[in-house]
Amino acid sequence: MSHIHIPTPIGKKFFTPGVILLSLIAINGLVFLAGRFLFGIGSVTNLDNQYPWGIWIGLDVAAGVALAAGGFTTAALGHIMHRDKYETIIRPALLTAMLGYTFVAISVSVDIGRWYYIWHPLVMWNGNSALFEVGICVMMYLTVLYIEFLPIVTERFIGKVNLPGFLARYNKIVDLLLRKLDRGLNKTMFIFIIAGVVLSCLHQSSLGTLMILAGPKMHPLWQTPILPLLFLLSAFAVGFPMVIMESLTSSKSFGLKPETEVLSSLSKFVGPLLGVYLIGKLGDMVIRETFVYLTEFNAISILFGIEVIIGVIVPLRMFLSAEVRKSPTGLYIASMLVIFGVLMNRFNNFITAYNPPYALESYIPSFGEVSVTIGFVALEILAYRLLVKIFPVISLPSGKTGIKTKYAIRGVNK
Amino acid sequence: MSQNRRDFLKTLTAIGAGATALTSVTPNKTMAKAENALSENRKGVLVDTTVCVGCRKCEWACQGAHDLPQADYEEYQHDETFNLNRRPSTENLTVVNKYNDDGQRTVKLQCMHCDHPACVSACIVGAITKDENGAVVWDTDKCIGCRYCMVACPFQIPAFEYHKALDPKIVKCDFCIERTKEGKLPACVDICPVEALTYGTREELIDEARRRIKNNPDKYYDHLFGEHEVGGTSWLYLADKDLSASVFPKLGNNPAPGVSESIQHGIFAYFIPPISVYALLGGIMWLTKDKENKKEHK
Repeated sequence: MSHIHIPTPIGKKFFTPGVILLSLIAINGLVFLAGRFLFGIGSVTNLDNQYPWGIWIGLDVAAGVALAAGGFTTAALGHIMHRDKYETIIRPALLTAMLGYTFVAISVSVDIGRWYYIWHPLVMWNGNSALFEVGICVMMYLTVLYIEFLPIVTERFIGKVNLPGFLARYNKIVDLLLRKLDRGLNKTMFIFIIAGVVLSCLHQSSLGTLMILAGPKMHPLWQTPILPLLFLLSAFAVGFPMVIMESLTSSKSFGLKPETEVLSSLSKFVGPLLGVYLIGKLGDMVIRETFVYLTEFNAISILFGIEVIIGVIVPLRMFLSAEVRKSPTGLYIASMLVIFGVLMNRFNNFITAYNPPYALESYIPSFGEVSVTIGFVALEILAYRLLVKIFPVISLPSGKTGIKTKYAIRGVNK
Repeated sequence: MSQNRRDFLKTLTAIGAGATALTSVTPNKTMAKAENALSENRKGVLVDTTVCVGCRKCEWACQGAHDLPQADYEEYQHDETFNLNRRPSTENLTVVNKYNDDGQRTVKLQCMHCDHPACVSACIVGAITKDENGAVVWDTDKCIGCRYCMVACPFQIPAFEYHKALDPKIVKCDFCIERTKEGKLPACVDICPVEALTYGTREELIDEARRRIKNNPDKYYDHLFGEHEVGGTSWLYLADKDLSASVFPKLGNNPAPGVSESIQHGIFAYFIPPISVYALLGGIMWLTKDKENKKEHK
């Protein structure tokens, strides 16, 4: 590369027509959310004793965790395997994962009946419960993500501490503390980076174990003892497409040049990862002979078909083509399809496949549930936009040449 | 990198040692089977649906015993209620339904109090436990309201107070644990005018059921529902017909939580897999760093 890319706070203005639209969607969601806290879960959702879990768990939590997989997959690639050329995408992926998991935690608190007891799993353990494992791992990983983000905060403020008013006299002390923190983090970051990857592998798979307990209530097309493995493999596969989609979207939104070169070489990993997932998915179907259910033409078989064909096979073919990998449009479409496929898979596992024995009518998410779900997505995008304006997350070409600055690479590199 | 390789290794080893130390303490906790040891004297109820007359006095008594809104008993005698296919709910811990397929029978439904309850396995905070006397009970001080027990229950029994903003409860039959502790019968068994419900130790009840089938082979379908289903339940059902796949879902004989618990414990077997992954990743990190350093030196 002729010039060096350095993470820089983005200087564009915050409010655009798109941002205003997102704000309206977010406000609409918050209104329904207020209803849930004032009048109970039943006042906003279509959940009942037959269908205890809806899209707040199936999409906000299960799909939310899967789609935040970009964080640990890029950390593994960049920090653990030391592929330095992917450095520019690690920070945006980290920020998305951090925000993604924050909203997962918020979504869980919204969905559980007694949100003020969210801390109970920390002190009340049930080692038999897959949900306990997911809960503990997500809490730990969220902490790790915040720690991994801290160096970006210290980098932003070291030498630039400027407290308002009479607090200004503490500027020097705060600066000193930040420098100390930065040094400490620099030495220990590798512990957190590895821990982040291990914790991710654990809870991504345990999310799959969750529905196994539903036993015969779950449709055989999805109910399989290898669900944890399929969840893990699909999380591996969706990590990079998510990073590619976000990078292209924010380039477009901020009017930057897309990082096609880095993204193209990143996309080479997607084909094999998707392929392994597809082999797992189809192999399981063949071994358990569940393909017989595909001969019935109904909503279940159609949704399964959409999930596998449009969500896995088509993007797999696209990612195997060098032409697609070189074009931003091709990359964008292929990545969106993988994301859609994993989203569908989580939706199908938690909602389509779940068929309680005495249900008189099927669960269809209410307007309030959908509002809260898309409201959270909107809030997440707004938070991302705000944070990349404040913190050096997105890498911009810099006029400087020569050695990289101290803060260009964090943790174990350098 | 400001840290040398020896430090890196030292920290890595320290983490490994710490995790191993942790493992030697925790396995007893993760093997919950010991906690759930089934008492030989655990109680159960034998429901003889051929005797039940569908008076619904059990519903009425149950509501009274659990401080639930209770109407006058006359209100319980509307015949049309039988055809609504009701389920136990937050207002009704037990319901009696009439099933008209191939002859008529009235069947009382409530929590089956499984010997290996899926809800107990599922509960994130261990708020549901199997009591020594057989009852599967719920602890309001622990529950966070996640409703995973409802997802797990093979009989779809636990109900949730969806319309309460604060302290919504998981509601289900508690086998009248407060009454049985005082030596009283469960409210439904106590009030049943035709002795369709028999309270006793599970073993006695199985013997009694076998005796009834043997003495009246024409009257009974030769199967005691709940003896083996999902690993056995405390409530056992005799009928003139197979209740499986009609009144109850079609279920296997393996304990409901079996598969998921073995997978869960497989992933976490003494924390060996997570620690191995950690060590493996640490190794890769260390080796690739070496390569990068060499490149820089050239």
